[in-house]
Amino acid sequence: MTETRFVGTDRYIATADLGMAVNAAITLGRPLLIKGEPGTGKTQLALEVSGALGRPIFEWHVKSTSKAQQGLYEYDAVSRLRDSQLGDPKVADIRNYIVRGKLWEAFDSETQPVLLIDEIDKADIEFPNDLLREIDRMEFYVYETRELVKARHRPIIIITSNNEKELPDAFLRRCFFHYIRFPDAETMEKIVAVHYPNLKKELLAEALGAFYKVRETPGLKKKPSTSELLDWIKLLLAEDIPPEALRSDDPKKAIPPLYGALLKNEQDVHLFEQLIFLNRRAR
Amino acid sequence: MLVRFFFDLRAAGVPVSITELLSLLQALEARVAYCSAEEFYWLARLTLVKDERHFDRFDRVFAEHFAGAERVFEKIVAEVPAEWLQMMAERLFTEEERAKAQALGSWDKLLETLRERLKEQKERHAGGNKWIGTGGTSPFGSGGYNPEGIRIGNEGQRQRRAVKVWEAREYRNFDDRRELGTRNLKMALRRLRKFARQGAADELDLDGTIDATARNAGWLDLKLRPERRNAVKVLLLLDVGGSMDDHIRLCEELFSAARSEFKHLEHFYFHNFIYETLWKDNRRRHSEKTATFDLLRTFNSDYRVIFVGDAAMSPYEILQPGGSVEHWNPEAGAEWMRRFTAHFPKLIWLNPTPEEHWGWTPSIRMTQELVEDRMFPLTLDGLDRAMAALRRKVLS
Repeated sequence: MTETRFVGTDRYIATADLGMAVNAAITLGRPLLIKGEPGTGKTQLALEVSGALGRPIFEWHVKSTSKAQQGLYEYDAVSRLRDSQLGDPKVADIRNYIVRGKLWEAFDSETQPVLLIDEIDKADIEFPNDLLREIDRMEFYVYETRELVKARHRPIIIITSNNEKELPDAFLRRCFFHYIRFPDAETMEKIVAVHYPNLKKELLAEALGAFYKVRETPGLKKKPSTSELLDWIKLLLAEDIPPEALRSDDPKKAIPPLYGALLKNEQDVHLFEQLIFLNRRAR
Repeated sequence: MLVRFFFDLRAAGVPVSITELLSLLQALEARVAYCSAEEFYWLARLTLVKDERHFDRFDRVFAEHFAGAERVFEKIVAEVPAEWLQMMAERLFTEEERAKAQALGSWDKLLETLRERLKEQKERHAGGNKWIGTGGTSPFGSGGYNPEGIRIGNEGQRQRRAVKVWEAREYRNFDDRRELGTRNLKMALRRLRKFARQGAADELDLDGTIDATARNAGWLDLKLRPERRNAVKVLLLLDVGGSMDDHIRLCEELFSAARSEFKHLEHFYFHNFIYETLWKDNRRRHSEKTATFDLLRTFNSDYRVIFVGDAAMSPYEILQPGGSVEHWNPEAGAEWMRRFTAHFPKLIWLNPTPEEHWGWTPSIRMTQELVEDRMFPLTLDGLDRAMAALRRKVLS
């Protein structure tokens, strides 16, 4: 018996509103569109939902060159052409040259699958529009073989977006929308706890303090997010840095150690160093 | 019951449609959310709002509409079987505790009491039944049990009866009527891109090849074509100094976004308004000047011209020869602007000051007339309109 409600897993902390969003999408069979700052676990969500509910997962990673058609199927005209010139008997049946896409695979799954359409905003502006009927009716038509492909079970569709392009209204209307907010300190503690259960209390408190301080620096181009924090803590553990080193009272070590894991932009590092310098002078 | 809420949302500028309202009702029917105003809020937001920029507007309407949250809240609670509530209460509290947790009466009274107690309370408090804190049976604070409680701060999976999460208005920053960052600017500017195939044919045209091969009765016929390149040319004219100091950061962001977005981007600076000279480098603005006439001659009319400035100055600086604050200008600024609009059919003015304030400054209205009403605010929405204006076909 598979689970039907999603409440997070032992590796993934889902806030109550996110859990409800996922459950509403499952109950009503609507695709769930997830947005949020980079590094807040958008893609991870689909993997965790599939893991927690024991469903197979199909991942479709969208690129700037992706076409909606590629998710359904592709007609490999070039190899058919080659085969025809070589006189291969396979050539007579067009079915040999229909390559299935992720959406088709998900439609064909034995149990209700989870389908992740990752970074839908990377694709061409028309991309979501081309998927309207497929997402609405969960079926599509293969023109080459004149067959209608229908989903055996309505997949749980999770779509992520980084907001690089606006998505069309008609598409949005068919989705549920959830924005993953940046976790507050309390949730963050839980998140760190599931990833590093043996972390010392003091180190965690100091690291979180330093982390939120960096995040609050005004004018950062790329604010560090959850995944950066986790990387940083991993480094701190690997280097065996004592919690006292993270306290910025000591003017010589005002910048948190290994901050390269948190700040990924040269200008940000400069800005941060400058601010620290000014702070020190003001004292 | 939700119809008025629906129309209020539309009036506030949240683009909701009937489909979304129906799916909310469907979700309520499927009992996705029950017995909690907080869950109802999340569900309503999940189904009705499709963009985090609208979250803030949604929160405001929600707060206004469900002020007190009595009507909807009670209606939802009424559908929950009484035994269920009973059971939950029994599991969490003893008989005695529950008796103490008597309701305080109406919502208004509750709020009033909260206000009073907030005034009285000086230190952290836990347990007990009067002060705001954690645990305990006071109507205020979190983690306790009181049928009419208000939750303050603290996210946890507790009794879930508190309202008012939406009043935090955490999504204020996402409203698109505010200004924007480099990334957003890039996205808006990107709409101006126009691709054209120019240069050497070095890319395999697969569709063309297949088509040609089919026409060739199956013998391969390779087709090549040139790569697609962005063909838009942009001339950016930026106001510096004086009243523009407040907007420097925004203009810098616009500039850096524009630079990476267009292949042909030329920029010049001016102070307050355009006169006979412009300059390219602010440090050497007095030694290296470019005559505006040269500029009009060098750049042909297929360049798109974007002015960025607040257009806040004395009207004389636009209308009078010699009106400039910095030097003696033989011809009025308005004259130069007319030459620009005549030479460049695709021209716009971006103004970093909020659109609502434009009417108050005579020089902004004048500039607006001079650029034939193609002045737009420097917000995401304004930039969208500006790019649309630049793309529009010009009738000549």
